[in-house]
Amino acid sequence: MPFTEEALTRLKADAAEVIGRYPRARSALLPLLQLVQSEEGYVSDDGIAFCAEILGCTQTEVRGVATFYTMYKHSKVGDYQVGVCTNTLCAIMGGDQIYAELVEHLGPTVHGDGHHDIVTVDGTIGLERIECNAACDYAPVIMVNWEFFDNMTPEKAKQLVDDLRAGNPPAPTRGPSRLCTWKEASRILAGFGDGQAADGPSAGPASLVGLKIAKENGWTAPEPAREPAPETAQKKPAGGTK
Amino acid sequence: MLTPVLTANWDQADSFTLAGYKRTGGYAALPKALAMAPDDVIATVKAAGLRGRGGAGFATGVKWSFIPQGDGKPHYLTVNADESEPGTCKDIPLMMADPHVLIEGIVIACFAIRANNAFIYVRGEALHVVRRLQFAVAEAYEAGYLGKDIIGTGFDLDVVVHPGAGAYICGEETALLTSLEGYRGLPRNRPPFPAVEGLYASPTVINNVESIASVPSIINNGAEWFADLGSEKSNGFGIFSLSGHVTNPGQFEAPLGITLRELIGLAGGMRAGHKLKFWTPGGSSTPLLTDAHLDIPLDFEGVGAAGSMLGTRALQIFDETTCVLRAALRWTEFYQHESCGKCTPCREGSYWMVRTIERLENGDGTDADLETVLDVGSNIIGRAFCALGDAVPVPITSAIKYFRDEIIQHQKEGGCPFNPAASTAWAE
Repeated sequence: MPFTEEALTRLKADAAEVIGRYPRARSALLPLLQLVQSEEGYVSDDGIAFCAEILGCTQTEVRGVATFYTMYKHSKVGDYQVGVCTNTLCAIMGGDQIYAELVEHLGPTVHGDGHHDIVTVDGTIGLERIECNAACDYAPVIMVNWEFFDNMTPEKAKQLVDDLRAGNPPAPTRGPSRLCTWKEASRILAGFGDGQAADGPSAGPASLVGLKIAKENGWTAPEPAREPAPETAQKKPAGGTK
Repeated sequence: MLTPVLTANWDQADSFTLAGYKRTGGYAALPKALAMAPDDVIATVKAAGLRGRGGAGFATGVKWSFIPQGDGKPHYLTVNADESEPGTCKDIPLMMADPHVLIEGIVIACFAIRANNAFIYVRGEALHVVRRLQFAVAEAYEAGYLGKDIIGTGFDLDVVVHPGAGAYICGEETALLTSLEGYRGLPRNRPPFPAVEGLYASPTVINNVESIASVPSIINNGAEWFADLGSEKSNGFGIFSLSGHVTNPGQFEAPLGITLRELIGLAGGMRAGHKLKFWTPGGSSTPLLTDAHLDIPLDFEGVGAAGSMLGTRALQIFDETTCVLRAALRWTEFYQHESCGKCTPCREGSYWMVRTIERLENGDGTDADLETVLDVGSNIIGRAFCALGDAVPVPITSAIKYFRDEIIQHQKEGGCPFNPAASTAWAE
C-alpha cells in the first residue's frame, strides 16, 4: 500500500535526520530500511522505492541489500515476533524442544514451511528460529521483538506466547518494563529511541556470577604500581596474577 | 584468581549511566590520554601488549600504528560490536551494563589514530543494548565527552551507533565495512588492508568492543600494570564466558592463562551427576577440545598448542549426554546459513557438508561420507576470501578427530544413539 502524504512527509523528515548522521548518504541504507519497516512492519515494494529515491540509487540495489539481512522482513510478520535460538548450544539446552512445542501450541499458522518464519492466522505471533543471540549463559533463550527472554522452558515459552496473544505482553528479562511492538523495535533500530534505555537491570544474574565470586573472595585486579616498575614483565608464569 | 576490571561495576544499578560510570572512576583516563601526544597513547597500548579481544589476537597498538599519518585523508574507527560468533556473549552484557567505558575507549583510540568519526557497528538483534548505547552516546555529547572541542582540548569526535541487520558475516572486518557503507555485507580481498583503504577507502581501524573497553584502564593504570597480568605473550585480563552444562553459567573476568578446570570450578562444577565431554575454547570457529584439555592455559599460545584457538573465550561446555555429531551438524548448518555466497568453496562446500553430515547423524552415512566431509572441508580452508570459509569445516573435523567411534556408532545403530531430552536445561 503506497504511503499516505502524511506518512511520506514524516518519513522524509526522519530520513533526512538518519542520512545526516553519516559522512556519506549511502551508509544510511540499513537504518533507512528499518525506518520503512517501522511504518509497515516489513520492507514493502513502496519502502524499497522510498529508500531508492531518497538515496538516488536503483530499487534493485536496495532490494539486494534488503534481502541480504535477516532482520528485514518481506511480508507481514507477527505483532510479536518470537525467535527461538536453535543454534547449537541453545538447541541442545532445550531450544529445539521449545521450538517444536511452540509450533504445536500456536495452532494454525500461515506461510509456514516448518523451518522459517510462520505467523499465526490472527497475526499476533510470528515464530522463527534464530541464530546465536549472544546470551548463551542464559540458554535456552527466546527473543521477542529482539528483547531477551532468558532461561526458557517449554512451559514458560507457551505461557509467554499465551500472554502475548492475550494482549498482556510480559516484560523482558533484561530490558524495558514495557515490551514494544515489532514496528516500534524497527524504529529504535533506525536510531529513534523510545526513552526506555534506563529501564531494566544493568546486568542479569549470569553476567554477575564471576563478579560475585570475586567479591566474596576479595579478589581484585592488582593496584597499579606508584612508580613505573623496572622491566619485570619478562618471566611470567603461565596464568594467574603475578 | 578473578580480576574484575571491565565487569567490576556491572552490579551497580546505574552502571550504564554517565553518573554511575563517573562515580566509579569513569572518564578519568580521557583527560590523561588527551594530554599525551597521540603517538605516546599508541606506544602505551603497544607496551601494554593488548591483543585484539575479538578472536584473532592481533596487537591493538600495532594495528593503530599502521594508520598513516599526515596523509590528508579522514581516518575512521569502527568498533566491531556485532557479536555473533556462536557461544560468544561478553560484549553484549558489557555494552548493556557499561556503555561509557566503550565510549571513553573510543575517544582515546580516535585521538591516538587522529580520527574524527567513529562508528559502533552493534548487533541489531539486541534491542536493549542498542538503546543503552544510544542513551550513553547522547549523555556523552551532553557532557562534552563527544562532539566539538572535547573537554576543551580542541579534539572533535562524532560517534554513530549503527545497528547491523542480521548477518554473521558482518562480524568479519571487511564485510563490516562494506555493510557500513550501505551494501550487502560481502568481505573484501586484502590487501589493501583497512589501515590503508578501509571505510570509504580511507585509513580505518576496526577493533572489538572488549579491546577498546580495555584501553581506559591501561591509560589509568599504566602499560606495566596490564602487561604484568596474564601470561608471557598473552597480556592482561579478559572475559571468559561459560555456557552449557555447568552448574552456574556466566561471565568470569580473569587473567589470560586461567584454565578450564579452574573456570568450571568457579562455575560450581559440571551439572550434578555429569561429566565434561567436549567444549569450544572460543566459539564454534575454534576446534573442539575434550576433557584431556582441562589444564591447558587459556591464552593465545596455550590453546594454539593444543590444536585450537583462544578465539573469543566463548567456552561452550557439553557433557556426556550430548551427541557431538548433532552439535557439529547444527554449527555447519549455521555456517551454510551465514555464508555470504561470494566464494564458491564456502557457498557450495557448506551446503554439501550439511547434507553429508545430516546423513551421518541420521545413521544413513557410510565410511565414504566421512571421508567426503573431511575432503570437502579441506577444500574450503584457504580457498575463501574470509575466515568464515575457514571455519566451516572446524566443528565436524574436530568432532571426527576426537569422536570417530561415536560417529561410526550412528551408522551401526542406524540412527543417533543419544536422547536429546537428557541434554536439556530441565533434564533430571
